[in-house]
Amino acid sequence: MASIGIRGVRKAYQKNAVVHGVDLDIASGEFIVILGPSGCGKSTLLRMIAGLEEISSGEIAIDGIVVNQLEPRERGCAMVFQNYALYPHMTVADNIGYALKVAGVPKAERRRRVEATAKIVALESFLDRRPMALSGGQRQRVAMARAIVREPKVFLFDEPLSNLDAKLRVAMRAEIRRLHRRLGATSIFVTHDQVEAMTLGDRLVVMNAGRVEQVGAPADVYNRPASRFVASFVGSPAMNLLEGAIDRHGVFVYDGERRIEVPAAVENRLVGHKVTLGVRAEAARLVEAGTPGSLPATVDFIEELGAGRVVHTDFDGLSFAVAVTEPVALAAGAAVGIAIDPADIHLFSSETGLRIDAAPAEARADSA
Amino acid sequence: MVERTPLFDAICQAILLIGLLVALLPFAIVIIAATHDIRTVNIVPMPLMPGHDLMANLHEAWVRADLGSKLFNSILFATSVAAGKVILSAMAAFSIVYFRFPGRSLLFWAIFITLMLPLEVRIVPTYAVAANALAPFQAILDLTGITWLVRTVSGLQVTLQWGLLNSYPGLVLPLVATATGTFLYRQFFLTIPDELAEAAKMDGSGPVRFFFDMLLPLSRPNMIALFTIMFVWAWNQYLWPLLVTTDPKFGIAVTQLKLLIPSEFGLPDWNVAMAGTLIIMAPPLVVVILMQRWFVRGLISTEK
Repeated sequence: MASIGIRGVRKAYQKNAVVHGVDLDIASGEFIVILGPSGCGKSTLLRMIAGLEEISSGEIAIDGIVVNQLEPRERGCAMVFQNYALYPHMTVADNIGYALKVAGVPKAERRRRVEATAKIVALESFLDRRPMALSGGQRQRVAMARAIVREPKVFLFDEPLSNLDAKLRVAMRAEIRRLHRRLGATSIFVTHDQVEAMTLGDRLVVMNAGRVEQVGAPADVYNRPASRFVASFVGSPAMNLLEGAIDRHGVFVYDGERRIEVPAAVENRLVGHKVTLGVRAEAARLVEAGTPGSLPATVDFIEELGAGRVVHTDFDGLSFAVAVTEPVALAAGAAVGIAIDPADIHLFSSETGLRIDAAPAEARADSA
Repeated sequence: MVERTPLFDAICQAILLIGLLVALLPFAIVIIAATHDIRTVNIVPMPLMPGHDLMANLHEAWVRADLGSKLFNSILFATSVAAGKVILSAMAAFSIVYFRFPGRSLLFWAIFITLMLPLEVRIVPTYAVAANALAPFQAILDLTGITWLVRTVSGLQVTLQWGLLNSYPGLVLPLVATATGTFLYRQFFLTIPDELAEAAKMDGSGPVRFFFDMLLPLSRPNMIALFTIMFVWAWNQYLWPLLVTTDPKFGIAVTQLKLLIPSEFGLPDWNVAMAGTLIIMAPPLVVVILMQRWFVRGLISTEK
């Protein structure tokens, strides 16, 4: 178990910067998920922590010791790779025990620890097999066992579940969570899958284009996205975003004539400002067409999800998704109204993309 | 081909059969000639039914060409060259693929260009180096003025001398460097995912360990293929062994064939020459057959 401090870490390949100054403090035993679209620098950040990638500037400290110049093996991190990176010519037991063999652990001791680790990930009966003879999920577990057996201070996961099928992914997600509870080691998990991020992390780090957009508990990130990007990236279906401005009457206007009421606390400061208005699909409601205060729209298509359904509506050429739980009997092209509670509205500055809040001081602290 | 017409298949089979016959016929003639006595072998045309003198001819060839010691030399020579190539090219490719150092690609291309410089082209300079393996270093010392400096200071003339003529190292070393093998390994190493090297790094393995624990086991089929090809190639070398070994003690089997071939006015005992050819042909054949088995097994066990 170890705390990790990341201070002003940057990474540039020649002139091409991919990580622009990341500051992050990770408490001992915490499960951190770094979430972001591909190419946002999240894997690079993880690899810098692991020591596989040099740090261009800034410093990374593990347990208070700056590790910038240390070799990967001296940092006490174990890593699970996206494609598992199992040694194809070794048996499962040799794969798991390789780190111990390199470290010069005596054979008997090594065997004992490999077997104990295999038991944790339910691989006892596969120890003599080659990775080729294993299924995707089993290979994944070998990769995990290989990390666990070293009893590392820090676990690093680089999108370890993205090569698994959907069902297995859910199962492995639960297994990783359970494992973390059991071992309690500091873990950093990189993913582009926001469901994975929401379910696994104690805290989420949302990254975009080499910058940290928001750090916070999953519920906070979901309920109070710090920026337009976070709002659009976290949550499924994505948050509905409308571009417009706040007019003199303190009402959000877009397209010149459509109006949506916004929370009274923010409106006054923003008169005349261009803003992006965001509403979660789950927060919007479908009402009878023509209900006062509702926005008129037509049904485009309906996504049936079993437990719920998402009605995609056409909203003057813009798409607007509404998630409903009850079955709906609507045909494509039907006219509906969309009702939005002002309390469910998120506002973002059109210029900076940052969240505009009733309490600005708090918002700033959040986005830092 | 995805053709499925019976006629087309039959034509293909016929062509293949003809090709096989054309390829095997010379061997058949060698084997048959080796079984005749000297009179029968010189009848024109030579009878195509095997005779009864095979063992006698083999014995005669063995004794006349001193094949016992020559075959030993040949096996030692070809094995050393093949093994040397397998080891050296693996290490060269390892350094080129896995280490970032200045001049890396320059080095690779320098190695690659030697493909265009086979031994026959550079045989004179190679002979000069073999005659004194330290000659290049002597040249460096002379050019940089160190020889002059040492002579002026101490009055001693620096002369480096290490002759390799008429020795096993002289036979083997100049043939060990190989661009083909390096290239083969390089291409293979490039197909190994980076994550494997990174995983090994995370597991605490250094470069040397990684080389022995990961790369060598993974490239076993490659090594066997390279060894097989290079063993046969080295076995068939003629010019270099002839040039570098004037002492018959270090002669190899293939150059010994010269002794068995009848001279213009000598006894035309082609039966003995053919018997000698058979003996000399056998070891590479055995190596290919044995290695082929391993080769296939290696490919199956990795299941790429």
